[in-house]
Amino acid sequence: MPFARRMLVEERRWLSAEEFTEILSLCQLLPGPNVVNVAVCVGARYRGAWGALAAFAGLMTAPFFIILGLGALHGQYGHLPAVSASFRGISAAAAGLVVAMGFKMAASRRLRSAMAWFAVVTFIGIALMRLPLVVFLLGAAPLSVVAALWRAK
Amino acid sequence: MSEEPLAQLAMDFSLLSLIAVGGAITVLPEMHRSVVEMHGWMSGSEFADLFALAQAAPGPNILVVSLIGWKVAGLAGAVVATAAVCAPSCVLTFAVSRIWQRFPGARWRTAVEDGLVPVTVGLMLAGGYLITRSADHSWPAFAITAVTAAVVLATRIHPLWLLGAAGLIGLAGWV
Repeated sequence: MPFARRMLVEERRWLSAEEFTEILSLCQLLPGPNVVNVAVCVGARYRGAWGALAAFAGLMTAPFFIILGLGALHGQYGHLPAVSASFRGISAAAAGLVVAMGFKMAASRRLRSAMAWFAVVTFIGIALMRLPLVVFLLGAAPLSVVAALWRAK
Repeated sequence: MSEEPLAQLAMDFSLLSLIAVGGAITVLPEMHRSVVEMHGWMSGSEFADLFALAQAAPGPNILVVSLIGWKVAGLAGAVVATAAVCAPSCVLTFAVSRIWQRFPGARWRTAVEDGLVPVTVGLMLAGGYLITRSADHSWPAFAITAVTAAVVLATRIHPLWLLGAAGLIGLAGWV
């Protein structure tokens, strides 16, 4: 994302810093990877649906083939003791990246209120009780939005 | 190759696409549930390996679904899974980005934002918990997870260095 920002705002000047922030905050709210959503929004702003499609394809094509290449290598050599030993380390570190991301988000300005209980309940429901995500979200997300609306009054 | 896994991939992942607020990490618990627990397409540690690959590779982490698709049904599986996970959210983004610009500062807009953040945070923490349980089967592995998380929170070091260092520790046979 920092690379996307540098390219869009500083090098190509397709967006002002304010426009970028506005688009990013919307894209963080919507489902899908943020960087993909930003690409779709910027493409749509300049060239409509085709622009969105072009931006998406440009962003995803190379990484798609790179990851399949890596996946094929892993499939070929993953059973070798040396490779699977390294992967025990790499997977553990990758898990740490996810944990850190969760804590970073938890420190967000928007969470310093009673709203934080919705995060706690979500964690318990999904991680500990293993409730199906769709069912859980249909209940929790509307409640959380209503609570936010009520608090804003 | 039977058609059924392809249909399953398409169905499961297009549903995930619409709830993946914040990206792959939010739906990690549900992906794990579908891929490992329900369909038994792979073991928990294989799943953790593929996710580690997706994090190390360039591009969004959501590309882990390409690897899952590849593993389940070859190239067709990779294409179907990737398209399924991208199309619904992209179409939604495209539509909403047009509507959103017309209502700057509306109260319901702020409420939707404030209401979704805590749920997203809860989902990310749940994802961290579940992937840690899948990836770590020894105390050194838990230590690597904890140290990585702490270093990422405390410094601005590029994550690839941490993944590389952890790979070397694994290679040395300590995990």
